Amino acid sequence: MNLKTLSIKVLREDIKGNKDIAVQLYEHSKNLIEEVDPTLRAFVSYTFDKAKDSLVPVKGDLYGIPASIKDNYNWVGTHTTASSNILKNYQSPYNATVTVRLLEAGAMLMGKTNMDAFAHGSSTETSDFFITKNPHNMEHVPGGSSGGSAAAVAAGLCVYSIGSETAGSVRGPAAWCGVVGFTPTYGRISRYGLIAMGSSLDRPGVFTTNIEDAAVLLKILSGKDPKDATSLDEPALDLTGKLSSQIKGLRIGVPKQYFDDRINKEVTEAVVDALREYEKAGAILVDMDLLDPKYAVAVYTVVCRSEVSSNLARIDGIRYGHYADQEAESILEQISYNRGEGFGNEAKQRSMTGAYTLSAGYYDAYYKKAQKVRTMIIQDFHQAFDKVDVIVGPTMPTTAPKIGVTNNNPIFGELADQLTEASALAGLPCISIPIGKDHNNLPIGMQIVAKQKDELNVLNTAYAYETIINGFEI
Amino acid sequence: MQYQPIIGLEIHLQPKTLSKMFCGCSSKYFELAPNTHTCPTCLGLPGALPVPNKQAIKQCIILALALNCEISEESKFDRKNYFYPDLPKGYQISQYDQPIGVNGFVEIDTAGDARRIRITRVHMEEDTGKSIHKGDKTLLDFNKSGVPLIEIVTEPDFTSKEEVDAFAKRLRQIIRYCDISNADMEKGQMRYELNISIHPSESKRLPDYKVEIKNIGSISVLQKVIDYEVKRQTELLNSGKQIEQETRGVRDMSGVTISQRSKEGSADYRYFPEPDIPPMRFDKKQIENVRKEIPELPQEKKWRYIQDYQLEPDTAETIVSYKSLYSFFEDALAQAPQPAKLAKDLSNWLVGDLRKLSKKHSVILSNSKVTPEYLVELVQLVQSGSVSKNIAKDVLSTVFNTGESPEDVIRKNNLAIIGDQDKLAKIVSKVIEANPKIVEDYKNRNANAIKFLVGQVMKETKGQADPILARQLLEKLLQSL
Repeated sequence: MNLKTLSIKVLREDIKGNKDIAVQLYEHSKNLIEEVDPTLRAFVSYTFDKAKDSLVPVKGDLYGIPASIKDNYNWVGTHTTASSNILKNYQSPYNATVTVRLLEAGAMLMGKTNMDAFAHGSSTETSDFFITKNPHNMEHVPGGSSGGSAAAVAAGLCVYSIGSETAGSVRGPAAWCGVVGFTPTYGRISRYGLIAMGSSLDRPGVFTTNIEDAAVLLKILSGKDPKDATSLDEPALDLTGKLSSQIKGLRIGVPKQYFDDRINKEVTEAVVDALREYEKAGAILVDMDLLDPKYAVAVYTVVCRSEVSSNLARIDGIRYGHYADQEAESILEQISYNRGEGFGNEAKQRSMTGAYTLSAGYYDAYYKKAQKVRTMIIQDFHQAFDKVDVIVGPTMPTTAPKIGVTNNNPIFGELADQLTEASALAGLPCISIPIGKDHNNLPIGMQIVAKQKDELNVLNTAYAYETIINGFEI
Repeated sequence: MQYQPIIGLEIHLQPKTLSKMFCGCSSKYFELAPNTHTCPTCLGLPGALPVPNKQAIKQCIILALALNCEISEESKFDRKNYFYPDLPKGYQISQYDQPIGVNGFVEIDTAGDARRIRITRVHMEEDTGKSIHKGDKTLLDFNKSGVPLIEIVTEPDFTSKEEVDAFAKRLRQIIRYCDISNADMEKGQMRYELNISIHPSESKRLPDYKVEIKNIGSISVLQKVIDYEVKRQTELLNSGKQIEQETRGVRDMSGVTISQRSKEGSADYRYFPEPDIPPMRFDKKQIENVRKEIPELPQEKKWRYIQDYQLEPDTAETIVSYKSLYSFFEDALAQAPQPAKLAKDLSNWLVGDLRKLSKKHSVILSNSKVTPEYLVELVQLVQSGSVSKNIAKDVLSTVFNTGESPEDVIRKNNLAIIGDQDKLAKIVSKVIEANPKIVEDYKNRNANAIKFLVGQVMKETKGQADPILARQLLEKLLQSL
């Protein structure tokens, strides 16, 4: 059995409510995780008992299908650490809406996946616990922040995994691990119970081996959540019967800013090849301009850090989280010790930068200005989508770099994510699909972005490519 | 030197809602077991999100309108960031630069003079948890965490404690009229903060400092704090010292204040728009619909009573101050055949005798056996001369005790004025026969004699005689003697 070649759709047919087959899948996934994961290190914690419990009673579209979930989703009865020391022993008393919807659909979650601590990174190297490796080459990073989820699917340890994206945290690791990484419109899937990084940017997303599975998960996870004031006021989006590989006349925007010399040549060539396939299938390629990604990088850095500085404030070690032994003179000093010892460098750097950009006297120059430029970026996309249906480009500027790349490189993530940040700031639905490999046999990802709420064009464009190449090779 | 205070107020009000501001927990917290009304959101657990309480926002709009504010068509929540153990998220969700209401005013009457106190802003926010200090430990109770609060900020328009008192009372009435809150200060539903400085009475220039006094939980303490601060600050200035810009707290009910922190190291709250809650838009139509729900407010009511019914200002003020009184009064007017003719007497009976009776017997007016209908009946009987005013007081007392109608009481006890000439003439003859000496005095033109004789007739009739008729009959009979 090779989970990489299987899908939710196929397994659901195979299982058809037969518990024995589900048990076999459970055993297979568990054995493989126990064999591979000590080296791969995709998981922060295993939840085998809970996975087994999910098999009784028989229920739901996800029944018996091995899966995993990023460690920043609250799940009762597990540790929810966001791969951070300060929450190392934190057990949540409540479930995230995503968790609830997965469990209601019968999901068999084998474990919680590693990530950059609090999702602050694009390599999974800033996890406070350990580095996850790229299944295609163990000397390389899997990308991040949802690196554990991407690696788990790429290694065939599970069939799908739930991640989250603030800028490129789903698309990036999907590209570098050679799997499908899909992030719907901001607000399409509830953020309730997802440990916040940048609240105006955070979006749940999914890793799969194929496009139909992405549609299945979208149907299960989407839909208005009264517990999230920013969730879209729409019912669950069911595109499962609506996917079509027919793209004749589809207008594909090709922004030249996404193909210039900042991007590795092998990567751009692979994307150009894929675009030719689209053209052959009848799509219309439209050369176009988008705002230079450098503006998105600047805006993202300010907005995200500002929100991080406030979002992490609740973790003060008073009610939960690390409590320092050091004797404090005052309560504020105690909080300083707790946070000083508990947080890693990346979280501290981001909190301090964010506190600075929000300070009196600097707010206008940084946060307010960033919000203005953010509005311009959103308008830029509005205008673009008057002329095209989707925008296609490389997901990442390079393929997966070697482990150690982030050392002494505090804005590694921002550069790695430069092609994903603009669409993140605009909350646009997007996907990264595997389109080939470089000379080192490392995967190359191509991203497809559409206007807000237009998940159908995103998935159809991806589905067309999947059909052209007869399925992704994971 | 003589100094005059300059005072501004900040008021925190807990509106009546079933649930907290941003979660579904009950908003009740007074005297409850600690941490029984909490959830991930109001405990600030990782990943939990706020969802604003529509009812609370509507109440905030109602109050802002009642305080004559403009309602911002676009409003939003902001985060106010600071660390404190009873603030579980590390920030308070409040409103910074787009409050729900701005530029309002409240009209107050002091010393016969009407004044407008300007309202700077009215905004919505959440309360913090509660720190309970026990010995060297501090315990935290999060029942109060996330409870809705409406903050009202005035301009520094007050120049005396009397004005502050009039404002505080009027504000509380407005809140109760609009049914936004019970504004029960003992339960912490309303708290005051005071900004106070003083300057020479003749000076036009504003002082360059202000002292902030936090957390004042009663209107009477508010008065004492003003007295204390004016005295403290006057003494400082008179002894040539400067007054420090600082925050002070109230030591106890005596109004004595103590320094808490100086303003110099004032916090930077790093406000920014709350990304978890989309901005709010209120269109004009929505706001006008809300405006329709606002009842007649105390100041308007008072002026209506004075203009339409010629009530004494003090009586009108008393009536509009209490729901029990104005409801009774308006019910009575609604049943009166000629409200304009009865209103003034009704108001005096209501605020005078009836209120005294119900206070004395600790009966709530709305439960009193004297119904608005009965009071109307009684006033009519007095006005038509069917019963004397003095006897009417006893009738009211009987009605209050028995619940019988005034007419029944009068009839059963034969209390009606004796206006029958024949009947009264007999009594007059009797009085004249019984008082030959006074009759002599009368003949000798002693002016007091007739008064005494009228008094005797009244005594003989237990006050029921029509005194004017009695005098006419007496004089007629005496002259014929």
